[in-house]
Amino acid sequence: MTTLDFKGRAAKALHDPQLTGALARAKGHFALGRAAAKARTPDFEMLRDRATAIRRRSIALMPDLLERFEARATAAGATVHWAADAADARAIATGICKAHGATRAIKSKSMATEEIELNAHLLSHGITPVETDLGEYIIQLRGETPSHIIAPAVHLTKDQVAETFRAAHTDLDPARDISERQALVKEARVKLREAFLAADVGITGANILVAETGTIVLVSNEGNIDLTASAPRLHIAIAGIEKVVESWDDAGIVLRVLARSATGQDMSSYVTVLTGPAQGDEVGPRTSHIILLDNGRSTLAAGNKAEMLACIRCGACLNHCPVYTAVGGHAYGGPYSGPMGAVLTPAIDGLTKDTANLPNASSFCGRCEAVCPVRIPLPMLLRHWREDAYAAGLPTRGERWGLGIWRALSTRPWAYRLTQWSAARGLRFVSWWQGGRIKRLPFAGRGFTATRDIAPPAAKSFQAQWRGRR
Amino acid sequence: MTDTKEAALFVTCLIDLMRPEVGMASARLIERAGFTVVVPRQGCCGQPNYNAGDRKGAQVLARAAIAALEPYETIVVPSGSCGGMMVRHYPTLFDAADPWASRAKAVASRVLELTQFLARHPPSAGAPGLAGKIAYHDSCSSLRDLGVHDEPRALLRSMTKAEDVPFAENETCCGFGGLFCVKYPDVADRIAADKCAAIIASGADSVVSADLGCLLNIGGRLARMGSPIKAVHIAEALAGDA
Repeated sequence: MTTLDFKGRAAKALHDPQLTGALARAKGHFALGRAAAKARTPDFEMLRDRATAIRRRSIALMPDLLERFEARATAAGATVHWAADAADARAIATGICKAHGATRAIKSKSMATEEIELNAHLLSHGITPVETDLGEYIIQLRGETPSHIIAPAVHLTKDQVAETFRAAHTDLDPARDISERQALVKEARVKLREAFLAADVGITGANILVAETGTIVLVSNEGNIDLTASAPRLHIAIAGIEKVVESWDDAGIVLRVLARSATGQDMSSYVTVLTGPAQGDEVGPRTSHIILLDNGRSTLAAGNKAEMLACIRCGACLNHCPVYTAVGGHAYGGPYSGPMGAVLTPAIDGLTKDTANLPNASSFCGRCEAVCPVRIPLPMLLRHWREDAYAAGLPTRGERWGLGIWRALSTRPWAYRLTQWSAARGLRFVSWWQGGRIKRLPFAGRGFTATRDIAPPAAKSFQAQWRGRR
Repeated sequence: MTDTKEAALFVTCLIDLMRPEVGMASARLIERAGFTVVVPRQGCCGQPNYNAGDRKGAQVLARAAIAALEPYETIVVPSGSCGGMMVRHYPTLFDAADPWASRAKAVASRVLELTQFLARHPPSAGAPGLAGKIAYHDSCSSLRDLGVHDEPRALLRSMTKAEDVPFAENETCCGFGGLFCVKYPDVADRIAADKCAAIIASGADSVVSADLGCLLNIGGRLARMGSPIKAVHIAEALAGDA
């Protein structure tokens, strides 16, 4: 989509005042919401412990649980497909649509379908998808990708949304007032109602796969998932294989930490539960397909970043990340952003010079791990990627040489002493030259001194002073 | 034996080079707590290499630090960042089969960040500490790697007349992150700008922290902005020479 690398995308984001404003508002909103939910849930830390144990066990038992899920879902009348990668999943989805002559699709928000870039593929096969989550609908109209895993249009202001609606809904009165949030929601609802009624197929993701009953669980706040999964005659769910848990007890715990960590709700407004297609005079789809997506997940499960698969996609790590809240989701260059995206994207797209930026662009502040409902050690997983990148020779030669020289100097007392002595001299000279403060440094110090004035060091290092004291 | 209590002071390369006064203030505080200060010959703890993905390089640096520090029962580090490297990361830095693994764990178990040490061993009365309104910045590694939160605040209350003023988002990173601010200066600067704005809005006269990296970052940016707010290390704030 873009030829900029992470640094270029981040720089662009940092200079976008509308984006900066939108991110600043969202940051406070989500972090406060989670903090309030935590405060009114006395056993929240215990819930997190239980959710952590459940997700770890689910990942350890994943192959077995998936087979159980397949057996139960099949028994309930659904068809289960296994997709090794994105191309596989896309082909299965369009194949199902074609077999049913479906050309009009409605979709609920699904990161798995973003991951496999399903919409473009559907369009190229003559199937028109309409996103029914408000945020997704907005960015679909704008031709953008989501910038947050639970709030896809969080990068936009309501004025930008009004502008988008005016451009898209040309059949409506141009003089209508859509300056307020409520008016925007109402307008989208009217438009989406038409799409719901006309659709041949509903495509959703899945928040949880319950192995013991072969059930898909989906959460939403807009009710659009209920309609997407039940109004059309055909339903396709696309789910990452890591979404499986063993039992309803497990699913209950996951749901309890999910909403609290994501939006600060005790429970999402809607929890949609689907076990096979509708039977007899039940309301719902007559045909139900479930596509289980691997796309790098099995590889992840086998390596030193397997804990990432425990992720329940709540977005708390994004909302509390100083890097994400500064640059927004699009800078990450993939559907997943923030700390979880920085671990997942290199796994999905491969580790390259650009994707290696993602795990490196972190101050290791550790707040992601501190708020993760399933206690994924995100900084450690980012570190593992950095080690992989270092072993693959991806850091710049300057960085690798610098680290090697530092290692050699710092482990030889005379060399370390000489380094500190000459650094102090050099910095004191620069400071004198620049009027009493270090205001501009070349090379590695350039970025730091671009916006900072540093007081010069003392003439003698601590160790030299200490030797003198005795 | 109580007369010969010894504490090894590991000052960190940043303090050693940029602010030796912080090391001297730390030493005075440890002495006031009734310990004899020993400064073993020291270099880097290995954190820059470790954070850059150079685990082997980090092991080389850590072995030197471990060898220098292992003779001592008590090791004090006036930095949550380097202290966190030792306490939280040394134990897993080496393969379990590596003989250095157990030595690393032994050293890690004896390392205390300065305010942790002073909370356990309160210093005798001395020069009055820093006065005025202070914004206390928890470094991320102090707060989350070491779980230090109450110690510096309690010490500031008991040893100084400073008033701790609250400020917005005080659990958020200041954007330093070691090599992070070198490699991604634009992003780091935005984070630092937000932090500085929150500190300025608090009405504080100084910002105090237990990590020199954060202080160079925040203080340097405040200075460029023309703010009179001073950036002071907790050791200097407590020892009374800031």
